[in-house]
Amino acid sequence: MPRRALRRLVLIIPTLLGVASLVFAFLHLVPGDPVEIMLGESAAPADVAALRHDLGLDRPLPAQYARFLARAARGDLGQSIAFRAPVAEVIADRYPATLELAGTAFLLALALAVPLGVVAAARAGSMLDRLTRLGSLAGVCLPSFWLGPLLILAFSIGLGWLPVSGRGGLAHLVLPAVTLALGMVGVLVRLVRASMLVALGEDYVRTARAKGAPGWRVVGGHALRNALMPVTTVAGLQAGALLAGAIITETIFAWPGLGRLIVEAISARDYPLVQGCVLAIGVSYVGVNLVTDLVYHAIDPRLRDAE
Amino acid sequence: MLLALAAVAAPLLTAADPYAPALGERLRPPGPGHPLGQDALGRDVLARVLHGARISLLVGGITVVLSLAAGLTLGAAAGFAGGWLDEVLMRSIDVLLAFPGLLLAIALAAVLGPSVRNVVLALSLLGWTGYARLVRAEVAALRRREFVHAAEALGARPGRIITCHLLPLVAPALLVQATFGMAGAIVAESSLSFLGLGAPPPLASWGAMVDEGRGFLLVAPHLTVFPGMALAATVLALQLLGDGLRDLLDVRERP
Repeated sequence: MPRRALRRLVLIIPTLLGVASLVFAFLHLVPGDPVEIMLGESAAPADVAALRHDLGLDRPLPAQYARFLARAARGDLGQSIAFRAPVAEVIADRYPATLELAGTAFLLALALAVPLGVVAAARAGSMLDRLTRLGSLAGVCLPSFWLGPLLILAFSIGLGWLPVSGRGGLAHLVLPAVTLALGMVGVLVRLVRASMLVALGEDYVRTARAKGAPGWRVVGGHALRNALMPVTTVAGLQAGALLAGAIITETIFAWPGLGRLIVEAISARDYPLVQGCVLAIGVSYVGVNLVTDLVYHAIDPRLRDAE
Repeated sequence: MLLALAAVAAPLLTAADPYAPALGERLRPPGPGHPLGQDALGRDVLARVLHGARISLLVGGITVVLSLAAGLTLGAAAGFAGGWLDEVLMRSIDVLLAFPGLLLAIALAAVLGPSVRNVVLALSLLGWTGYARLVRAEVAALRRREFVHAAEALGARPGRIITCHLLPLVAPALLVQATFGMAGAIVAESSLSFLGLGAPPPLASWGAMVDEGRGFLLVAPHLTVFPGMALAATVLALQLLGDGLRDLLDVRERP
């Protein structure tokens, strides 16, 4: 394995340790006694003591930290108070729904943003370019928690084409995926367009044109390949951010994923579950960033040659 | 400017009390006396949208100021001193950036409890990283320039070199980033309020208003549409301002 990729893999260990430490710290940021908050003021002292013991809060802080890390490394994230089940099981049950939603939104965003950005750059200054830029700005500015209800109003209540909420077939996926994807489309269209404009002004593009290469080949074969390099990094970061964006989208569309679970856990003051969800999304985000870095390394010949 | 004026002059623009219920006039559509209609408790939507601007601008402004102050101080110190201070700062930032920003803000707001103060705290605890990285990179690059060596040779202390010689050069990029940061903070505050983790009721926050309106989409869509429009217009204005400032000040975009 190339040295740079290996170094990136090794660096993930301190990052994951930092992520776990931050998640551990959350429970200790709760103002007051987290156990009393979770169980309520009328809870029996025996129940309070049992939960305190179960969470390890009756031990010294360093011992709590070591126990948390050791258990997290084994995939043991404790017991959910609201679901009366292991946190890891509850999360595993909801994770596929979030992956389905975020994965669809990611593919949709790429499928829309790359062609739009390329066409806008190839026809810079045209009406199409202006419309694309306006649309991408709207994508960036429209908050998903507003866009979602508007889409429900138009396509579910108004036209009756799509279901309002829930998870089922493809029809259920359309509105949540579009809501989640649109912000990413806005960011990526701007980036693809800007990268393509730079690439189209390069000498090798001029040379290709001078040699008589057809326009579509110059744009798609020469310029696009180079323009997509920076887009890869940002697309990776955005893919990770989709996992967090899913919290809002899943709340709007009652999508039974990890995002909705975290909101339910917060409402129920189920802190072990909140910690577990944050850790799961954080680790996924780190994983997506790692894959992005490795993909970038694999496709950029300058990085490969540097080794 | 218009937005800030509308927020400050909210009581002059409408005589309606944003918190006074009128249960006999619930869910009324836009009409005379109530240009944007009334909500589920009969409160005037225009008054609440205008007062919502106050909360958004207040949270956005304070968050940017706190984040900027922390990011500027830490970034400048790390960039100038280098060594272990730089290493500790960059690794801390790496850990914070290992989470999607919204997720951390949600988690922090959840454990701290819903209040405007806690939203500002949560967003500021995360917001400083962007400014710190920017200032650290610029200061570390400028640190090796001759005018800095000349100032050191003349006996200038690091604090004076940073404030008098380096920060003026970093200021344009910071100003652009702060503009985008304010847009981000306003959206984040609204998102938290939408989830019930931001401004508590009955405070008029745009995010909370959209959430309240969701239950009445069929009968009173104006409850959702108008606060969202105000938020989108604010974010658009700040994005355009940031783009304009970047072009005007000729600030390079960093990947």
